[in-house]
Amino acid sequence: MRNLQEFFLRLFDRLANSLRSGECLLANFLGEHSDFVRLNANKVRQAGEVRQFELELNLISGHRSARAMANVTGMIETDTRYCLPVIDLLRDQVDSTPDDPYLLINRTVENSETLTEDQLDPATQIIAGIISTSKSLDLVGFYASGGIYRGFANSLGQRNWYVRSGFNFDWSCFLESNKAIKSRYAGFRWDHAEFERKTARIRDTLELLAQPEKSISPGSYRVYLAPAAVQEMMSMVAWRSFGAKSHMTRQSPLLKLAQGLERLNPVVCVDENNQNGLAPDFTRTGFIKPSRIELISQGRPAGMLVNSRSAKEYGLTVNADAEYPDSLEMSPGTLADQDLLGSLDTGLYINNLWYTNYSDPNECRITGMTRYACFWVENGRIRAPVSPMRFDESLYRMLGPNLLAVSRDREWILSSDTYLRRSVSSMRLPGLLVDDFNLTL
Amino acid sequence: MSDSIVSVFRPLMPAVDFCSLRFVERSRQNLCVRHDVVEPIVNHFSRGAQITIVNNGGSGYAATCDLSKAGLKAAMEKAKEWAEITSGQMFSRAGASATRAATRSYRSPTGREWNSQTIGEKLDLLAQVNRDLHIHDQITDWWAALSCVQSDVVFVTAEHEIHQHFDLLTQFLGVVANNGRETQTRTFGVEKAAQGGLEHLDRIGFKNRATSTAEEALALLQAPDCPSRPADLLLKPRQMILQIHESIGHPLELDRILGDERNYAGGSFVTLDMFGTYRYGSDLLNITFDPGVDTQIACYAFDDDGEASERVFLIRNGILERPLGGALSQQRAGLPGAAASRACDWNRPPIDRMANINLEAGGSTFKDLVALVENGVLMDTNRSWSIDDSRNKFQFGCEAGWIIKDGEIRELVKNPNYRGISGTFWRSLKAVGDRATFEVLSVPACGKGEPNQAIQTGHASPTCLFTQADIFGSNG
Repeated sequence: MRNLQEFFLRLFDRLANSLRSGECLLANFLGEHSDFVRLNANKVRQAGEVRQFELELNLISGHRSARAMANVTGMIETDTRYCLPVIDLLRDQVDSTPDDPYLLINRTVENSETLTEDQLDPATQIIAGIISTSKSLDLVGFYASGGIYRGFANSLGQRNWYVRSGFNFDWSCFLESNKAIKSRYAGFRWDHAEFERKTARIRDTLELLAQPEKSISPGSYRVYLAPAAVQEMMSMVAWRSFGAKSHMTRQSPLLKLAQGLERLNPVVCVDENNQNGLAPDFTRTGFIKPSRIELISQGRPAGMLVNSRSAKEYGLTVNADAEYPDSLEMSPGTLADQDLLGSLDTGLYINNLWYTNYSDPNECRITGMTRYACFWVENGRIRAPVSPMRFDESLYRMLGPNLLAVSRDREWILSSDTYLRRSVSSMRLPGLLVDDFNLTL
Repeated sequence: MSDSIVSVFRPLMPAVDFCSLRFVERSRQNLCVRHDVVEPIVNHFSRGAQITIVNNGGSGYAATCDLSKAGLKAAMEKAKEWAEITSGQMFSRAGASATRAATRSYRSPTGREWNSQTIGEKLDLLAQVNRDLHIHDQITDWWAALSCVQSDVVFVTAEHEIHQHFDLLTQFLGVVANNGRETQTRTFGVEKAAQGGLEHLDRIGFKNRATSTAEEALALLQAPDCPSRPADLLLKPRQMILQIHESIGHPLELDRILGDERNYAGGSFVTLDMFGTYRYGSDLLNITFDPGVDTQIACYAFDDDGEASERVFLIRNGILERPLGGALSQQRAGLPGAAASRACDWNRPPIDRMANINLEAGGSTFKDLVALVENGVLMDTNRSWSIDDSRNKFQFGCEAGWIIKDGEIRELVKNPNYRGISGTFWRSLKAVGDRATFEVLSVPACGKGEPNQAIQTGHASPTCLFTQADIFGSNG
């Protein structure tokens, strides 16, 4: 979408022309043109379109700054009239604040451009296909598609632009309450044959779910956590664990790992792999992200995510936008797909976890629920579905002495989050075979 | 802006069963001082409109930040297109909302406007709070913040025009302490977000809470772990609000009960046939949907489908009476609900939500409540929350706890947690505190919906006593 890029740059130039001596302007453009369709009982529940463009302006004068985010329309005259007073407001605010010792922006011009071709079919066509293929299924889900735009410009001359057009369908098929299969299909071009294959697998798994449920008591169990379950766990770990500020202020739940008081299994390697992810390669302060940041290497702490503010405060190098991974990867192991059930032998095959939270951050102990298709496995064979159970377990045990194996195959899970705007985050994760996993309720 | 958009919109309205416009203009300013350093001021200016069209059993919406005539016209065409495509395919026929009340406006009860103080004066307050928080070398992080959100929401149909103005104030202070072996955190204020102006800071004693909050964080480092055993549980309002939110508010949302949320936020253990007969809690449990509590964060006169709001009982004397759901969900369920169809902004469609969901005060003084406990734990301020997708099996953790022995509060304990099952837990409600223990609070960001929405919900509660809860600490 060249027009949008041109609009952003023209608007930026007009705003930058209003700068006074000694001022610097940074601008970030965040846009999307999205179709959103909700389904329940394999029928449309809510359908619509959201067209939103936001401009973030960061005015810097000396060692002081102030920031504003504003919706813009895409019409240059209207938006210039709207944004010039915003710059005046920021100027007043900069004048009323003291010097900021932690202000840091990129002053080396590094231009970049990430463009993906729009290969999307109309959402109406996709939805009709989903409903047709899922006939007789109790399908409930959410389809989001369209273009996502990010841009950066500063008055030092740097220009960065990013466009991706993609879709994300996140859905569940229910047999009855609490008996369901969760699925995801995301990418850049909808392949209906692929969706049909996924649906066929869902129908097969629903037959397994139809078997009589097995009740299990709280206690310790051997479990296989499928990649989607690992994603829920890692999303919680990612919250506060890998950021420089969390580490330096002793708030990271992985503090004991950083202090050498705990160690994970040497097969555990965790990276922020920007090269293999979907997020823009630039930060909101204009820094270009490194292609890869090691966070945990062979079970030991290896690095942190550092935004520009932390970099200045703690004397580190900027390597991230937020101090939260956008493109987290965990290295694969050796457990082959065909050996999963045999290696599990007797225990629980957990497809999904849900609503995780820290029950004791000092021990990186996390509680949450099993959700959707969770099966009891005996002697390497799936025997019965299991109703949702609560777990409460330390990551140090799960990824330490209790980690038995890591799967060879990994799943690339594109975030379906749409808080404020569509997410550009993803995770590439294996499954984990874990012993003595603690179920409590 | 709001008047001009109505005059642009109305002539564009097509001949359909129903057409509405919801315009939202919002400004937010965040001020924060952390580690005695003033962080950059952050402003947000959000402005956009959503058009909804219902026609021939289909429905569609389109949201845009292009508020020109051409922009609204394009959005209207898109909404109409979705309505045509979904005609006959919708999960249920979309009902057209209608306003009933004569009043057509609402305004937050604001005393001292945000701009009645300069930015410098507000930053001075936050700087003073920072100094009061940093009282020891073991304090590794400390901050204080203020946020003001001012919103104008206009809802327009062919017949009606509703204008509502909201002022929200959020204040927050926090402190982190570490002794080399472990970390403890105490916070204050975010749960006291409210409608109104700067007068709220005096009402809650914001600036005077810093030192005591820091002292508690330091004391937690020295405190023993919460014991792990079944015991009576006394919950202060700052934990009660999460208990109400997760195990009463969410299960009563009609869209969850009707299955819309099963792919994301989840369903509910509550079914439609339970209303009117199900014993949700003990006789002492009385829960209201109350959009009219002065300064509570989710007060409004109309929901985002234009339905007039009024106070109703959801649970009375422990019996489940009424679900939470807007006009469309009520129609689908065949049950009366509450005007609780809400959207977080112009770019998201309304869905069933909590607003102010309050537990009514009882008759026990705080001293009476403590005296009833032979062996138990008092817990305050939520720090961890988790519950299953049916809103049944929960586990909560608090920032601080205190042992109660033989009717007296004894020593501070750290890492207090408890777990249980919603229905069983509420039926173990043994005593409810009086108005003196009652606090009007909020959960400032509740996530739900596809596309996702985070919205403010209000909860007010007295201190409450539960018998024989499953309580545990770090080793439980």
